Amino acid sequence: MTITEDRPADAPTPEIGKSRTRKEDQRLITGRTRWTDNIQLPGMLHLAMVRSPFAHATISAIDTSEAKGSSGVVAVFTGEDLKDIQGVNITAWPVSAEQKSPDHLPVAVSHVAHAGEIVAVVAARTAAEARDAAELVDVDYDELPAVLDLKEAAKDEVLAHPSLGTNTSATWQLDSAGQGSGGDIEEAIATAREGGILIEREYRQQRLIPAFMEPRSTVVDPTGEQVTMWSSTQVPHVLRFCIAATTGLPESKIRVIAPDVGGGFGGKLQTTPEEFATLAVARKLSKAVKYTETRSETMVSGHHGRDQWQKLTLAAEKDGRVTGLKVELMADLGAYAALVGGGVPVLGAWMFNSIYKFASYQFNLTNYYTNKTWVDAYRGAGRPEATYAIERLMDELAAEVGVDPLEIREKNWITHDEFPFTTVAGMTYDSGNYEAATAKAKELFGYDELRAEQKQRRESNDPVQLGIGISTFTEMCGLAPSRILGALNYGAGGWESASIRMLATGTVEVITGVSPHGQGHETAWSQIVADKLGVPFENVEVLHGDTQIAPKGMDTYGSRSLVVGAEAVVRAADKVIEKAKVVAAHLLEASVDDIEFSAGTFGVKGTDKGISMPEVALATWTGHNLPDGMEPSIDADATFDPDNFSFPHGTHLCAMEVDTETGASTMRKYVCVDDIGNIINPLIVEGQVHGGLVQGIAQALWEGAEYDDQGTLVTGSFVDYTLPTSADTISFITDHTYSPSTYNSLGTKGVGEAGCIASTPAVVNAIVDAVRSFGVNDILMPCTPERVWKAIQKGRSVPGEGERDAQPHFDEGVPNQDPGAAAEGSQA
Amino acid sequence: MIPAQFDYLAPTSVADAVAALAEHGDDAKVLAGGQSLLPILRMRLNAPGVVIDLGRIPELQGVSEDGDHLVIGAMTTYAAVLASEAVTTHAALLSKAIATVADPQIRHRGTIGGALVHADPAGDVGAPALALGAELVIAGADGSTRTVAAEDFFEDLFATAVGEGELLTQIRIPKHTGWGAHYEKFVRVSHQWSIVGVAATVRSEGGSIAEARVGLTNMGSTPLRARSVEEALVGQPATDEAVRAAVASVTDGTNPPSDLNGDADYRKHLATVLTRRAVLAAAGA
Ligand SMILES: Cc1cc2nc3c(=O)[nH]c(=O)nc-3n(C[C@H](O)[C@H](O)[C@H](O)COP(=O)(O)OP(=O)(O)OC[C@H]3O[C@@H](n4cnc5c(N)ncnc54)[C@H](O)[C@@H]3O)c2cc1C
Repeated sequence: MTITEDRPADAPTPEIGKSRTRKEDQRLITGRTRWTDNIQLPGMLHLAMVRSPFAHATISAIDTSEAKGSSGVVAVFTGEDLKDIQGVNITAWPVSAEQKSPDHLPVAVSHVAHAGEIVAVVAARTAAEARDAAELVDVDYDELPAVLDLKEAAKDEVLAHPSLGTNTSATWQLDSAGQGSGGDIEEAIATAREGGILIEREYRQQRLIPAFMEPRSTVVDPTGEQVTMWSSTQVPHVLRFCIAATTGLPESKIRVIAPDVGGGFGGKLQTTPEEFATLAVARKLSKAVKYTETRSETMVSGHHGRDQWQKLTLAAEKDGRVTGLKVELMADLGAYAALVGGGVPVLGAWMFNSIYKFASYQFNLTNYYTNKTWVDAYRGAGRPEATYAIERLMDELAAEVGVDPLEIREKNWITHDEFPFTTVAGMTYDSGNYEAATAKAKELFGYDELRAEQKQRRESNDPVQLGIGISTFTEMCGLAPSRILGALNYGAGGWESASIRMLATGTVEVITGVSPHGQGHETAWSQIVADKLGVPFENVEVLHGDTQIAPKGMDTYGSRSLVVGAEAVVRAADKVIEKAKVVAAHLLEASVDDIEFSAGTFGVKGTDKGISMPEVALATWTGHNLPDGMEPSIDADATFDPDNFSFPHGTHLCAMEVDTETGASTMRKYVCVDDIGNIINPLIVEGQVHGGLVQGIAQALWEGAEYDDQGTLVTGSFVDYTLPTSADTISFITDHTYSPSTYNSLGTKGVGEAGCIASTPAVVNAIVDAVRSFGVNDILMPCTPERVWKAIQKGRSVPGEGERDAQPHFDEGVPNQDPGAAAEGSQA
Repeated sequence: MIPAQFDYLAPTSVADAVAALAEHGDDAKVLAGGQSLLPILRMRLNAPGVVIDLGRIPELQGVSEDGDHLVIGAMTTYAAVLASEAVTTHAALLSKAIATVADPQIRHRGTIGGALVHADPAGDVGAPALALGAELVIAGADGSTRTVAAEDFFEDLFATAVGEGELLTQIRIPKHTGWGAHYEKFVRVSHQWSIVGVAATVRSEGGSIAEARVGLTNMGSTPLRARSVEEALVGQPATDEAVRAAVASVTDGTNPPSDLNGDADYRKHLATVLTRRAVLAAAGA
């Protein structure tokens, strides 16, 4: 379904809804384009970073003399040398007023808090010479004890930053009774303990590494009136702000350009030490400099994602009707509070209750520092973690009640006639239809047939067992209403900006404040503007990612570009039409009230007189014959601040085959029916869904960042950090239902993160479902064959042991501890 | 990543290559397909002063037949081995194992000789070479050559019989014409090194196993041959039950590593399952 309007019979078919191939692809795929590392400036120097091999140490001395004498070296700087101008990497989201945030200096001066932190920078004539000299910088470290494990960090025995006196960064709570959006959680738990069902689980969200294809790269040219920085970033506008806020450079003296950027997934939603160090060196030397990281550097220095322990208590009635949910979250921020950092887990606060009608809810978060790489947004940021927890719990509840997991969901979800619906967490979901998406998904999946096969395999003791995993997810995206961000203590707004310039020769320039890095905005925005202004798709040029061209913007993350950024474009287009109508009326000698605009032509009602949009643009440009007093311009700007998030949802069904002899899991079938409202370009949407699915599946099966006891990243290359390739995935079946958003005129909802949010629990639910009959009810992610096999062995030898080992139950004396839960949870 | 500086030599004969090695001693490193050496240089785990590229030496290339042996030049790429009908016919096990190495790009660069000398215990070429009773021809500094049995070739992690100043020139494989073969490689993602691999080749006669050869990948610091299993299989029917019993001893004498992909006990369990599967598949069951 697409936007439909009444159109004359001879009007061109609408662009919106067409599966157009992307106009930016030719240059991107051939590489004949401006990746930051492709940029060459006259006399440009190259940088190499010297990084700490230790997770925690003080720096006692740095000897740069040998490096300075090395061939081609121009300068070597330590943190001490740069400290007056290097600025600081700030967090934009202190989640509470009391949050403790250690200073994060781009180049460390006296203390390093994770392995990979920069301690010196070499500038040389070539990248090779810089690298050679970096090996010669002699740094004396005094090693300090490192805290690496999240639960160890909570004990405050070893401190990641001794000067803070604690590893706790901040705590944050959402309580439905307290804020008046629901009942008291402790009452719900007490009632369930008496005569209902209590599901207590602890789940682990392992640490992930955003593996964008293009390594990060920064070029700085300090030789003009403005300092220009090109950087492989998702957030050029935020970066400019942070530079101005911390380096002493006036904002008006800084131009940031995000040229073509090869992927981000949240990994480039950051202002990095490397960017700040590159800027500082360029200013010191008054020369253009470039820094491009190696993949090994990305792994230790680019921020990581996820990393939480989730302690969960779900209360329900005996029949499976949910009554309460309590979430106790521990989140590992790594060594520093990153740009969004501590706020990422907060974004999950409204999503643990998901599509279900809980009467009471409480979310408790504590953020901790450890001596590991910093953690920040990674595709989904906060919502995948929440979705995983609730979708795993709903399966556990179904097992406890002894019904099909789809049935337990249906019993508890918001029905389509209840929208708009205000949840127990206090969010108002505007639209959705969980029944429709689920019905469609079941049919595409062949749900009943697969259940029958599962039964048959179980009965025949087939060494390959079949499991079916369900994820009926929703998420909140389209960041974000500025007022809500303000209430949450976030440092910026969530509006977006657009401008439209009507050129004299009939083509159109669209300036957008979002900053695409692979999403295809140029194509989608062109489709929207072509329909709005009635100009050919090819005649629309979309400009972005340069603070000089697109001076205002909040950039791209949180599935916000279409629902916030393109809505600003629509509003600018509406203004263009309104202004152009006045010119058209004047030229057609008619009253403005009699002018109708359709398919690119301004006509006079009831006549066949008309004038095209390009004709109006040309007439405006010449200015020869405009209404008296009219400003000779039909260009327009718009800034849009949404009133609410958008709430995509969908039903994902996954069938996994588990080889019980080896523990290997193989995907058999994956169906998803996503409801993302109206769709501008189905091809782009399918790409987003596929990529998202694979990233979410990868969390379930393959990826996980692991450190050794020294704080060295063991999964420091793609040999050990096992990213999947297309050879590891199957063909997905994707489809849609359509419940338009009511908060933007296009009726769209975000799709950038949906697949990644939904798929992880679908896969793990399927694996657990396949082996539940062995007494297993949880397996840590990634569900490696070894973990699956061991869970089966434990479950087999002592019924109920499988899950106990894989997923520890709550300790004695800890709140919510239910002595009966272990026994209850061990159902077959 | 950028390797440290080195000089580059590209000799065009084995004699010149050996001479260059003699001249530069342990400051030199031989370059074959570069698929293991270049990552090592780029991560600066090693910084030789001289790199001697074997890519321009015609006598090290290609597959030929010599009576009841196949002869494969050390610089023959995986892709060329896979394309060789002689190998598929007379040493099917080698083709099957090589088909699982990494991905097509790497198979077009990596060489069989490089893989054997690199001797990563997780590499997929050692186990079939061992199982097939390959002989390795090594050229020495004085122009002499010697031949080493695969059994004596692998000495330890990344260590082989190829000494300083020596080159591996040929791999000679006794023909196993008509033998069924299967390489069972266990990985988590498709481009991964073997967590465990089992190379099995079997000669069947009248419905039962007449002879069997079994090699193990990543079950110790070198590829291993499971002789007790080979013996137990002789005369057995190719049934699940019989093979299950015959492979029970496969983990004897193994010493697998423990890492993120699995601990030693899990690897031992895998070896048992995978050996049964490999033998049954090789026997066409
Ligand atoms: C991403 C990736 C995935 C991989 N996956 C696998 C896999 O799944 N299975 C697998 O088996 N392998 C895998 N490999 C390794 C690959 O097979 C290598 O090609 C092989 O190990 C080395 O062969 P090469 O020709 O590239 O040798 P090089 O890298 O050029 O050399 C390797 C070593 O052998 C020495 N050497 C080479 N030739 C000779 C010779 N003739 N005489 C004496 N010394 C010599 C070199 O000096 C060097 O020390 C992978 C490699 C990569 C990069």
